[in-house]
Amino acid sequence: MLENYLPILIFMAVGLIMGAVVMAIGYLLGPQRPDSEKGSAYECGFEAFEDARMKFDVRYYLVAILFIIFDLEIAFLFPWAVVLGEIGLFALGAMAIFLLILVVGFIYEWKKGALEWE
Amino acid sequence: MIELAYTVTAWMPGWMQAIAIILMKISLLMMPLLLGVAYLTFAERKIIGYMQVRVGPNRVGPRGWLQPIADSLKLMFKEIVIPSSANRFLFLLSPLLAFAPALAAWAVIPFDDHLVIADINAGLLYVLAITSLGVYGIILAGWASNSKYAFLGAIRSGAQMVSYEIAMGFALVGVIMAAGSLNLGQIVQAQATGLGLFSWFWLPLLPLFVIYFISGVAETNRAPFDVAEGESEIVAGFHVDYSGMAFAVFFLAEYANMILIAALASLLFLGGWLSPFDGLPVLGPLFDWVPGIVWMLAKMSFFLLLFLWLRATFPRYRYDQIMRLGWKVFIPLTLVWIMVTGVLVVGEVGPWFGHGEG
Repeated sequence: MLENYLPILIFMAVGLIMGAVVMAIGYLLGPQRPDSEKGSAYECGFEAFEDARMKFDVRYYLVAILFIIFDLEIAFLFPWAVVLGEIGLFALGAMAIFLLILVVGFIYEWKKGALEWE
Repeated sequence: MIELAYTVTAWMPGWMQAIAIILMKISLLMMPLLLGVAYLTFAERKIIGYMQVRVGPNRVGPRGWLQPIADSLKLMFKEIVIPSSANRFLFLLSPLLAFAPALAAWAVIPFDDHLVIADINAGLLYVLAITSLGVYGIILAGWASNSKYAFLGAIRSGAQMVSYEIAMGFALVGVIMAAGSLNLGQIVQAQATGLGLFSWFWLPLLPLFVIYFISGVAETNRAPFDVAEGESEIVAGFHVDYSGMAFAVFFLAEYANMILIAALASLLFLGGWLSPFDGLPVLGPLFDWVPGIVWMLAKMSFFLLLFLWLRATFPRYRYDQIMRLGWKVFIPLTLVWIMVTGVLVVGEVGPWFGHGEG
C-alpha cells in the first residue's frame, strides 16, 4: 500500500533536482556581470521610487478566505462521491442538506457583494 | 522491457534495485514529456502563425524544426539576473516550487492499462493537491522579485488560480461520483460500457466537461485568461524579473501543466486510452489493433490544439469578467450539475451509471 507512494516521493525529488540542475547550468554557462542598472527592479525605465511590497486590494484577501471554505467543501465531497453508488439515496439526501447550507452562505456572500469587482 | 531493466540491475541490493527501476520509469516518462514541452512551444508558434496567415518560425533547421533546440541553447547562455532589491533565496527557490509539482503530478497519469508509475488509490486527490502547490511558486516569485509588475501579476494570478480551482474541484467531484473511484485507471475503466465514444463521461457530464477544460485554461494562466501576464498592462506578470534558465523553468512548468490538463481531460471525460469505436458494430473490430497509448496521445493532442486555438481566437478577458465567470457562473453551474449527477448515479440511469462496483 504505502510502497505505491515511493515513486511519487522520488518523482518530486527528481523534479526539484532537475529544476536546480537546469538553473545551475544556466548559472555556469551564462555570464555573470551584474551592475546597478541591471540589478534594479524592472519598472518600464522609471526608477523604482518605493518598495514594491505595497498595500493591495482587500478583495484578494477575501477571495483567499472564500477559497478555503469552498476547497474544504470539495475535500468533504470527495469521499462522499466515491461511495455514493453504494450508500444510495441516504447519502444523496445528506449531501443535499450539506450543500443547501453552503448555498445559503454562497447566496449571502453574493448579495453582500463579496464577489463584485467593479 | 521491464524484464530487461530487472536483469540489468540484478547485481544491486533489493532496495537499490527498486529505486533504480523507479528512476528508469521516471526518465522514460520525463524525456518524452520535456521533448513534448519543447515541441509544444514550436507547435504553438507554428499553428498560431498559420491561423494568422503567417508561416511562423522557419529559419532554424528544415522548416524551423530545430527552433525549440535553438531557443533552449540561447536561454542556457543568458545571464540569470537577480535584482539587487530581491530576496535572493526565495527568488531562486520559486521556479523550483512551480516546476516540481508540475512534473510530480505526472506520476499518477496512466497512458494505457496499468502503464503508470504510481498506481495509487487516491490518484485524483493527489493530482488536485499537487497542482494546487504550483500557486506557491507564482506568489513567491512575484513577492521575491520586489517589482510592482511582478507583485501585481502574482496576486492577480494567485486569486485567479484559486478561484478556478474551486470550479475544477467540483467538476472532479462529478467525475468521481460517476466512476465511484479516485484511481485514474479505474475512472477510465468505468467509462468502458461498450458504446464507444458515447459511453464516455463527456456525454452525461457535458457541463462539467466544458467547465473543467475552461477552468484548466484559466488555471494555467493561458489566453484568454492570461491577465497574470497581460503584456500590455503589467508586461509579463510574476516572471518579469526572471531571465535565462530561471525564466525557462517557469516556462517549462507552464507548458507541462498545459499538457497535464490535456491528459486529465482525456482521462476523465474522453475515456483515456479507450478506442472511440470500442463495441461499435463495424468500426470497433476495424480499429482494434490500434494500441491504447495512441488514442490517449491523440486525445491529448486534440486538447492541446484547443489551447492554442483559444489563444489565436479570443481577446483577453478583463479581470472582473474572469472573476465573475469563475464565481458567479461556474460554481453555481457545477453545484447544480453535481446534484443532477447524484440523482443519475443513485437512479442508475442510462448506460453510464450503475454498471461498475461503484
